[in-house]
Amino acid sequence: MTADWPILSVIIWLPVLGGLLVLFSGDKAPNTSRWLALAVAVLTFLLSIPLWTGFDASTAAMQYQENLPWIESFNVNYHLGVDGISMPLILLTTFITILVVIAGWQVIQYKPSQYMAAFLIMEGVMVGVFSALDAMLFYVFWEAMLIPMFLIIGIWGGPNRVYATIKFFLYTFLGSVFMLVALVYMYFQSGSMEILGFHNLKLGLTEQILIFLAFLAAFAVKVPMWPVHTWLPDAHVEAPTGGSVILAAIMLKIGGYGFLRFSLPITPDASHHLDWLIIAMSLIAVVYIGFVALAQKDMKKLIAYSSIAHMGFVTLGFFIVFMIAANPEVQSGGILGVQGGMVQMVSHGFISAAMFLCVGVLYDRMHSREIADYGGVVNTMPWFAAFMVFFAMANAGLPGTSGFVGEFMVILASFRADFWFAFLAATTLIIGAAYTLWMVKRVIFGDVANDRVAALQDVNKREVLVLGSLTLAVLALGLWPEPLVKVMDASITNLVNHIAVSKL
Amino acid sequence: MEYNASTLLPLAPEIVLLSAIAVILIVDLFLDQAKRFFTYGLSIAALVMTIAAVMASGSEHSQTLMYGAYVRDAMSDVLKISLLSVGIFAFIYSRAYLMERGLFRGEFYTLGMLAILGMMIMVSAGGFLSLYLGLELLALSLYALVAFDGKSKAGSEAAMKYFVLGALASGMLLYGISMIYGGTGMLDFAGVAKAIASGETDKTVLTFGLVFVLIGISFKFGAVPFHMWAPDVYQGAPVVVTAFLGSVPKIAAFAMAMRILSQGLGGLGPDMGWQGWQGMLVILAVLSVALGNVVALVQDNIKRMLAYSTISHVGFIFMGLLAGAGKGYTSAMFYTIVYALTAVGAFGLLAILSRKGVEAENIHDLKGLNKRSPWLAAMMMLMMFSMAGVPPTVGFFAKLFVLDALINAQMLWLALVAVAFSVIGAFYYLRVVKAMYFDKPISQAPILAGADARIAISVNGLAMLYYGIFPASLLTLCQAAIQSL
Repeated sequence: MTADWPILSVIIWLPVLGGLLVLFSGDKAPNTSRWLALAVAVLTFLLSIPLWTGFDASTAAMQYQENLPWIESFNVNYHLGVDGISMPLILLTTFITILVVIAGWQVIQYKPSQYMAAFLIMEGVMVGVFSALDAMLFYVFWEAMLIPMFLIIGIWGGPNRVYATIKFFLYTFLGSVFMLVALVYMYFQSGSMEILGFHNLKLGLTEQILIFLAFLAAFAVKVPMWPVHTWLPDAHVEAPTGGSVILAAIMLKIGGYGFLRFSLPITPDASHHLDWLIIAMSLIAVVYIGFVALAQKDMKKLIAYSSIAHMGFVTLGFFIVFMIAANPEVQSGGILGVQGGMVQMVSHGFISAAMFLCVGVLYDRMHSREIADYGGVVNTMPWFAAFMVFFAMANAGLPGTSGFVGEFMVILASFRADFWFAFLAATTLIIGAAYTLWMVKRVIFGDVANDRVAALQDVNKREVLVLGSLTLAVLALGLWPEPLVKVMDASITNLVNHIAVSKL
Repeated sequence: MEYNASTLLPLAPEIVLLSAIAVILIVDLFLDQAKRFFTYGLSIAALVMTIAAVMASGSEHSQTLMYGAYVRDAMSDVLKISLLSVGIFAFIYSRAYLMERGLFRGEFYTLGMLAILGMMIMVSAGGFLSLYLGLELLALSLYALVAFDGKSKAGSEAAMKYFVLGALASGMLLYGISMIYGGTGMLDFAGVAKAIASGETDKTVLTFGLVFVLIGISFKFGAVPFHMWAPDVYQGAPVVVTAFLGSVPKIAAFAMAMRILSQGLGGLGPDMGWQGWQGMLVILAVLSVALGNVVALVQDNIKRMLAYSTISHVGFIFMGLLAGAGKGYTSAMFYTIVYALTAVGAFGLLAILSRKGVEAENIHDLKGLNKRSPWLAAMMMLMMFSMAGVPPTVGFFAKLFVLDALINAQMLWLALVAVAFSVIGAFYYLRVVKAMYFDKPISQAPILAGADARIAISVNGLAMLYYGIFPASLLTLCQAAIQSL
């Protein structure tokens, strides 16, 4: 499928240039920059819809391709394109950015133009990460993402923001430079930076394992997987609400996307060889981090740990494939795990964004994230309580919400591999419910805890708009995941078939 | 060769600059302090004219003049244009700073231009003698510039230190040159290369000569363990002198390394493994990257921090050089030019922030810059991220090309060392960004910068972004230059 106009370039560069425009509009008239930012974000979202409507779901080939020479002597190209794996994530990005812009409308009083500009530029860069088909272009976008996020946490974050943001930056930077060396190595082997070319590059097992580990360093930090997850709770706690939303809803997905685009297809044998490692790390994330979440006193930290646990499902779903293929009794169903992981990514994008926005609503009023400072919020904020309980249910994986679909698919796939994996993964249905609902019980229900809770104002129209649209998304995906699954189907089938063939 | 004035045409840039220096020196005598501005304008005009002369006198073929003592080729053209352009930036940043301190004298600009002339001679040197002449002209001008503020004790001390160590290094270099001359009987690089290739030379003498010459080169670059002068001189010199000294001479040092190591002693290079200069550069490069990055972590004085950061960047340049012909040299050249452009901007910004009686030289002087001047903060941020090697700034591509050259030369381990230390290095650049963006300003004083400095810093900062998004433009120039050798 090709469009008449360079749709991907437009949705990359429109927000970047729009962000610069917002930056130059300055802070003398903050409302101008806010409206301008909203206009850019909405326009970008509208322009990204044709990606979905015009998408040809019957093929795994890259669509909407654009290919221009960039650094000719290095055979590096400005090559963009999407398939069923990246396209939904791009729409997720453009959608969430609108919510972030609206959510920061009143809260951000210090340099709002820089705040809005940072998010818009980041939006463009993240779309670039999802649509880059040239490894160098991918890496440039991947790293460029760090700069706005570094500033967002550092400028508008909480009291310990400097520590958190430098930790975030260095962690991710350390992970990604090893990926860079791996990419340059493959460039040296193949003479090109084409990601799709890397997919068919013949590599020995030792090479594959080293490249796999280099990728793992980058993606595991981003996802984040246990035990390199420690930057995430710090970053989330200190980041402003908008920063947390982007971090949880999209940046973590970029790690998962990296596994699908790089690790699995480029190093299938190493992935097969080391799948026990990833599965073990994923199950530890699901079970152990779930218990860690249970012990949190800070709402944002709790949701951050819950994000890590949920992302454990994603990596579990991606890497269970090999065990399913090796199981003589089933032989099929590998697709289910990868699909489940993808659905889980999109769903977690909505739910984690909603949870962080809910905490943001409370934080804006009380300036506290401590669970102990709240209690009985339902008495003063009934509408808000309804939203929060709904999203908490979704986070716990209630059937009918999107949270259920992905987890269920991954657990189903795990059963085909090994009963005990599925058993461990399924414990999340209990632990996840425990930490989420216990938090809701302490914050929302009970008697009004103190005078400040008693003085709370219910959500305003702006907040209803943001939370309401996420409610619709969570419900839609939960009740009718078919369109999403169908769009991804051809690409995922192709991927699973590709990795079933050894490169050795 | 018959004498004919037209054979001197390739020398036009040097002739133009030397004449301009002579004119400016005399004109400056007749100007009173109020009209000193004129000298400043003339100096910049002279540099621009020299760039024009380089462009006009350039041709596709390499030309050798004066019995092999002078070479004009694509590499010398590109390097001359870069060092003149970076020199212009350094001159522009200096004006307001010098005026406020009563140092706005013509000597600053004539000394600076003499240094540039020396560097142009180094860039075009075809033999050891002309190279040494250019080097001494550069060094003597720089000693005087470091001590330019006669009232500053730190400046005089730095100049003294620089002079003593510099003289020692020059001595080493001369000693090495004499051994190579003794071994080959030649002074021009082409002749030396031919003599080595013939295999009739005494390798022991040449190896000793190589070691001494390499020490001289390492000193000029400031590579560990010959880096001791750099932090003290960078810190002690007036910041505008540091801006000049920390940027432009790196380009000349690169040319010196290329001319001597690749063109002259290429036969003692990669083929000889650890005994050749490649093996020696590996040690110097690893030490520089490691020590530079680690020691910079704990510096609070930003000039000193940038001095250690320079040392680590020199490690990267050496890695490019040792990766050898083609990709390696190209990446080193790209890195050097990018580094010079970045460094002059970073020091230039410090010069802009220094007001009368206040030197901006500690990291806390940058606190809250985003509040005082968002534009300057953004420019400094671009330069810091470029030094750290974060895309989309050009510093990333500089590092990438070096990594690519290393992997091409089968030195994966060195590439891993390089990236590991560059992550450590990222921390201190982030500290600067942190101070500018996350901290509250200490001083609320408005930033007074002339339009010239503001435009220069904007061009300089945006160049980081421009070459980061379109690196091919600069890369193609470097590739063509290296291929012409």
